[in-house]
Parts: sequence; C-alpha cells; structure tokens
Amino acid sequence: MAQTTHPPGTGGHAAPGGEGASRRDFLYLATGAVGAVGVASAVWPFIDSMNPAADTLALASIDVDLAPVQEGQAITVTWRGKPVFVRHRTAKEIEEARTVNLGDLRDPAADDARVKKPEWLIVVGICTHLGCVPLGQKPTDPRGEFDGWFCPCHGSHYDTAGRIRKGPAPANLVVPQYAFTSDTAVRLG
Amino acid sequence: MRSLKSAILSAAFALGLAGAAQASEAVHIPKQEWSHSGVFGTIDKASAQRGFQIFKEVCATCHSAKLVPIRTLAGIGFNEDELKAIAAGYEVQAGPNDAGEMFMRPGIPADRFPSPFPNDNAARAANNGALPPDLSLMAKARVGGEDYLYAFLTGFEENPPEGVTLMPGMNYNKYFPGHQVGMPNILMPDGVTYADGTPATVQQQAHDISTFLTFIAEPHMDARKQMGVKVILFLIVLAGLMYATKRKLWSTLH
Amino acid sequence: MAQAHAPQFKNPVVKWIDSRLPIFTMLDHEYNQYPMPRNVNYLWAFGAIAGIMLVIMIATGLVLAMQYAAHTTIAFDSVERIMRDVNYGWLLRYVHANGASMFFIAVYIHMFRGLYYGSYKAPREILWILGVFILLAMMATAFMGYVLPWGQMSFWGATVITNLFSAFPLVGDPIVTWLWGGFSVDNPTLNRFFALHFLLPFVLLGLVVLHTAALHVSGSNNPLGIDAKGPQDTVPFNPYVTVKDGFAVVVFLIFYAGFVFFAPNYLGHPDNYIPANPLVTPAHIVPEWYFLPFYAILRAIPDKLGGVLAMFGAIAVLAALPWLDTSKVRSCKFRPIYRQFFWILAIDALVLGYAGAMPAEGVWLLVARIGTAYYFFHFLILLPLLGKLERPLPLPASICEPVLKGGGRVAAGAHAKPMEKA
Repeated sequence: MAQTTHPPGTGGHAAPGGEGASRRDFLYLATGAVGAVGVASAVWPFIDSMNPAADTLALASIDVDLAPVQEGQAITVTWRGKPVFVRHRTAKEIEEARTVNLGDLRDPAADDARVKKPEWLIVVGICTHLGCVPLGQKPTDPRGEFDGWFCPCHGSHYDTAGRIRKGPAPANLVVPQYAFTSDTAVRLG
Repeated sequence: MRSLKSAILSAAFALGLAGAAQASEAVHIPKQEWSHSGVFGTIDKASAQRGFQIFKEVCATCHSAKLVPIRTLAGIGFNEDELKAIAAGYEVQAGPNDAGEMFMRPGIPADRFPSPFPNDNAARAANNGALPPDLSLMAKARVGGEDYLYAFLTGFEENPPEGVTLMPGMNYNKYFPGHQVGMPNILMPDGVTYADGTPATVQQQAHDISTFLTFIAEPHMDARKQMGVKVILFLIVLAGLMYATKRKLWSTLH
Repeated sequence: MAQAHAPQFKNPVVKWIDSRLPIFTMLDHEYNQYPMPRNVNYLWAFGAIAGIMLVIMIATGLVLAMQYAAHTTIAFDSVERIMRDVNYGWLLRYVHANGASMFFIAVYIHMFRGLYYGSYKAPREILWILGVFILLAMMATAFMGYVLPWGQMSFWGATVITNLFSAFPLVGDPIVTWLWGGFSVDNPTLNRFFALHFLLPFVLLGLVVLHTAALHVSGSNNPLGIDAKGPQDTVPFNPYVTVKDGFAVVVFLIFYAGFVFFAPNYLGHPDNYIPANPLVTPAHIVPEWYFLPFYAILRAIPDKLGGVLAMFGAIAVLAALPWLDTSKVRSCKFRPIYRQFFWILAIDALVLGYAGAMPAEGVWLLVARIGTAYYFFHFLILLPLLGKLERPLPLPASICEPVLKGGGRVAAGAHAKPMEKA
C-alpha cells in the first residue's frame, strides 16, 4: 500500500483500479446500506405512534339502539368523533326521496342505494362543502327546501335521502359503513 | 434531612407497619420458574387464563385492575367472541341518559375492568380500613416482581412466630414488608375449579395468578423481547460491518 | 491540511446557496475536513455517543409528548395508555426512560475521559465550563422528566428536591412556594415541569452547539495531551473518525438495546408504578442512579443548608477545575502520581453512588462523609498542590512519534505527504 487511497465520502472520489479497491467499495456500500435500513426501520415506530391507538380503534364501531326513535324523529350519535344522523323517515319522506329524477341530481344516487331499510336513513352529519354540521335534526330546525337538512354556513340544502340538492356542497352526505344487528339495533363501523 | 426522616416515619405508621426497622430488614424472596423469564421466554397463556379465572372469582371481589381494558386479554389467547362474553359478564356504569341519570349496561371489550368499589374510601370502609391496591401494575410495582407475588400469596402463616403480636384485623405474612397485612390468606386448595381440569393446589393458583398479573402489567412483554432479539442481532451485524469498514479505512493510514 | 482548502461544490443548488450563506463550507470545514488527532482512542467516541443520545431523547420525547397529558388526575393513566395502547408506545417510552440513563453513562465517561487526559486545561477552559453547564441542564431535565409519570417516586422525588431550596435563609420558603405554584407539589408543579422538560433539551442542544464550536477552535485533545504539530499528526474527521465513532455508537446501542428490550425497568424503581399519593411516602426513597453520588454528598452534611451547598459545590468545583489543576501537563500518561489519584477519585465517585442508594444511617453515613471529604480534598487541595510537587514524565516531541514507533521513523515523513492532500 504505497499510495494512500483517498476514501469515498469526501467527494470527487476516483478509485484507483485494483481488486482491493473494489472490495473496499463493496464493504463501504454494504455498511452504508445496512445502516440505512436500520435508520429507516427505526423511523417507523415514531410515525406509527401517531396513528390511531388501540383504545381508539377499539371504539371504532359502536352499537346504536333504534327502538326509542319514533317515526318522524331523528337522533344524533357520536361515532369516531363525528355526528351521525339517524332519521326514522315517514312514508312521505321516503316517497319524496324515491320520486326524484336522478338526472336532476348533482351527485346522482338512488335512494335505495343509500339505505339498508327504507325507514332508516343513516348519514354522517357533516356538510360535504366545508365540514359544518347541517341543521334539521331537531323538530324546530329549518330543514331546507327539500325537507332534509340545511347547512347554515353556506346554504347547502339536502333532501330526505341526504343528497345535495342546492347550494355549494359538491356531494351527498356520506353514508357510513353500518349493519343492522337486529330489527331495532344497528352497528356503526 | 429531618423532614425526610419524619416523612419516612409517618409513612411507616400510615402503612401500619410494625416498625421501620423490620421493614428495612431484607427478606429473601425465593425465585420461581416462569415460562416468561429469560430472553426467549413467553407468557404461558394457559396459566394466564387460569390466573384470569382466579382474578375474576377471587381477587376482583376486593381489588381493581382499572387500567386494563378487557380487550387486553386477547393477548393470552381469548378470541373475539370469548372476549365479548367475558366483557358482557361485567356491569359497566354509563350515562348520563336522557333523564340525566347514570345507568348500568353490559360491558364491551373496549371497557376497562370495572372496580369493585366506587372509590378508595368505599374500598377502605369495606376492608377494615385497608385499601386493596389496584392490580393493574402490581407485578411491576413491587420489588421482586412476580417472584414476590408468588411468595406473598403463599407466605401467609396462621400462627405468627413467637414474640409477634398481631394488630386486630391483621394477618401474618412471611414476605410482606413488616409482616402484618390486612389481606387474609385467600388461596385455598381447590378454592377454584379450573375450567381446564388442572388440579388447583395453592402453589398452582399462586403461580397462575402471578403469571396473569405479570401479563396485565405489561401486555407487550412478549412482543418486546421478540423485537429485542431481532434488533440486537441486526446491531451486531451492523457493528461487524462498521468495524470491518473502520479497519479497512484506517489501514490506509498505518 | 484543511486550513487553506476551500471546497468546490459540484451541485449547482449547493453552490448557489453556499455563495450566499456558506453553511456547506462551514459543514465541510467542521465535520468533513476537521483535523482530528490520529491517536485518539475509543474514549473519544463518547462525545458523539452523547450527541446521538440527545437526538434520540428529543425525537422520542417529541412523540411521547403528543400522547402524554400533564395533569395530576390523568398523567399516570396517560403514561399507561402509552404503554398499552399507543402503537409502539411501550418501545418509545422505554427508549426514552432508559435513554436518560444511557445519556448520563455516556456523559460521565466523557467527563472522566476529560479528567484523565486533562482536556479542561488551557486553551479549553470555556469548552469544559460549557460542559459543566450541559451537565447541569441534563440534571434539571432528567429530574423534571422523572416527575412526569406521576408515580410515587416522581412525586416524592419532586418534593424532596424542590425542598432543597428551602434551605436558603429568608428567601428559601418563598422560592419553594414559587417553584410549586402552591403549597405542595401539585398540578401547577407538574404542568410547569412538563413545559420546562420540553424546553430544556433545546437549551441543551444550544449548549452542545456552543460546546462543539469551542472544541473546533482549539481542536480535540488526545491521549498524549500534546498539541497536534501539523498534518502528519491528524486525520480528517470524515470518514476516519465518523466511521470509528459510528462503530462505537452501534456498540453502545447494543448495550442500550439490552436494557430497553430485556431489562427496561432495571434502572427504574418499582414504586414509580404506584400512582402518586401525597399522603404516603415510600419507605425508602432514592433518586435515579445518576444522581446518587450527589445525593450522598447532600446527606453527608449534617446541616440542611450545608448539605445543599455541598451538593451544588460538588458541581461548581468542576467549573473551577481548569484553575485548580496547576499542572501544565495535560495527560495522566505523563503524571504518574496524579494518575493514581485519578483512579481513587473514580472509585470515590462509585462509593459515593453506592452510599447514596443506602439508608443514610450508621456505616453508610460514615462512608458518605469520608467520600464527600475526599471528593473536595481531591479538587481543592490535592490538585493545586500536586501540580507543583509532581515531576511529570518527559513528553514526546509530537503525536506522530509514538504512533509510528512500530513503522519506524523513515516512514513517518513518507506517509505525511499524502495526508496533506486530504
């Protein structure tokens, strides 16, 4: 080793030929790669710790008892930190929702695609415009021009199937994932 | 310094210890065999499940484990339906309802184990002035850990040694600091009937409940050790590579 | 070798930035070309290890702070939630809790290395004093961090340590009340400790930057304690020292991982898994191991104010060390008598640490008193006298000379030349 090889990492490295140099380069590369893998794996726990924790996930689905909700009434339940509107629709409201010409809708969706049982409409109560909670749950609330919900922030009107009919909101109220566990009980999530 | 000393003394009285001198006397706690000890040890799930049975039928009448969600038991081999059934066996306070009143509902796996008493004062009142400590972290909160728990649970003696006068309502235990403890000897031969048919000797019960308490004190212990083996193996490989690199590099210098 | 060498950057963005704000030139100068004495041993890696520990502590601390709740009613539960429910929460917490101990191990070795090789002597006095401030900031940070889980040791540790300030006449009690924000350690105390525990690591980071800046003015000391005379005595920091330090860091991480994964509570105390109870003090309270020697000094003095002053004095005396040690020779290698006393001091520190963990009565109190007396005797009497009385061994002419002894003198000149290009 008469000539001192300039090691890599200081820039402008031109390896003088020879097998020794290439074996050295491989070693440097392997060490660097293994070190990089180590750093990358060590970063994951930090990132994942900010994802929902086990206690949050355990409450990601909740059971709602529908028995006390009379026809024409509505309840709001909190699910994953958001309000969920559960409305026990009257025959008239169902009729209104079903007779709409889908072609007239901004976000076309048939009513029976948005409910599992016609009398129960379950939607996430967050306006698809900018995230306000629309009015229409309480009997005294304005329900907008289409008998559903009315968002006071920017004047979006939703119908009795939770579909956007008028105003700035681009899409229908979101139907959460849910399933009936009995005739009068539903599991959200 | 004087304030520290007096604080220690008053604490000794508050705990109802016979004397601070006795407390500082080292009691030898025998080591037990645990499946979860050592680098590769894992929790004995069958033992922990039996321990849970004792916890439910015996311990939980006085002791809480209020930091532990019922879903934690998935870690000792209960499946989702079993967890739901276990949870439904507990009544959990919920509410307020529309009338503004608290009500009881069946538990769900996301609930924590309900406490036997509504608060510490109620627990003291029901237990002759002694507070049964919460068991969530018991295996980590005592010097000696699970070995101490086993020793304590099997260390009761009906007749205290000569010269020791028990205070009213107290029981003699070889391993408890100060030896006088409010808790009575609760593990009896066949005091529980194990669902899996294991003979329920006192030693077996003490072993099982200690395993269970070790599990709930640190549900991720098995995962921790398994990750540790991988991490250390990885670091050894990296250290070897780093050392080779260093040697190669410095060899160009002499 | 590096002095007159201005780096040429190929990347146009780097070039553009560097011509306006020469941070790349600075980094190249301080961490790439920085000349490191070629004879430094692995003890010199503990500065880098301590630096890595600070980074690990800040990174884990940040994500833990996102989950922790600084309120007496839920602090303990929120820590248990981290341990049980947060993804990898147990890992992050154990890395952080054991990391405090590892940080102190690294820093204590770093300090004893400085003591042995005389790294505090001119022209490195400010470098050393900044180090003493780093130690103080670490102690304050570690103490307040230990309070946050709000277990029994947290609470009673906080009570005992804050009560130290009540030793000062007149102002003592108002100071303690002010520290507490009440009449005992309570929610306001926990809240402010959390805020300060978050702030102080960044103060620490600033001190470390100054510490490093001061280091790079005078250059690193070395086992011979003599100055580098030229390029033949040094190697460029990168890659020679980065790889060497990197190896040392990985070995240290193995040791660290052993605690985190297989004995995470070994350095802690079981009582801290019992929620804080202001009505019951644990039968035997001890601080964390890294405070034990100072705790022993505190308890060795039979007077409250005296004990507090002695404890702070034990750290203050370190700051005065550059002037207390009158010897002109840095390294213990050439101070045969001081070398013996260095080891006695090291043993004294261990003995004090052990005595600090024992009840302050009987024989242990006596041991603590003798240990304390010796500690101050070493710094205040022995060091000033020894510098005058001791006859140091002859110093080598240069770093290169003993390093290249095996290779022969002829080779020394031949090898120095390529280094100049580096």
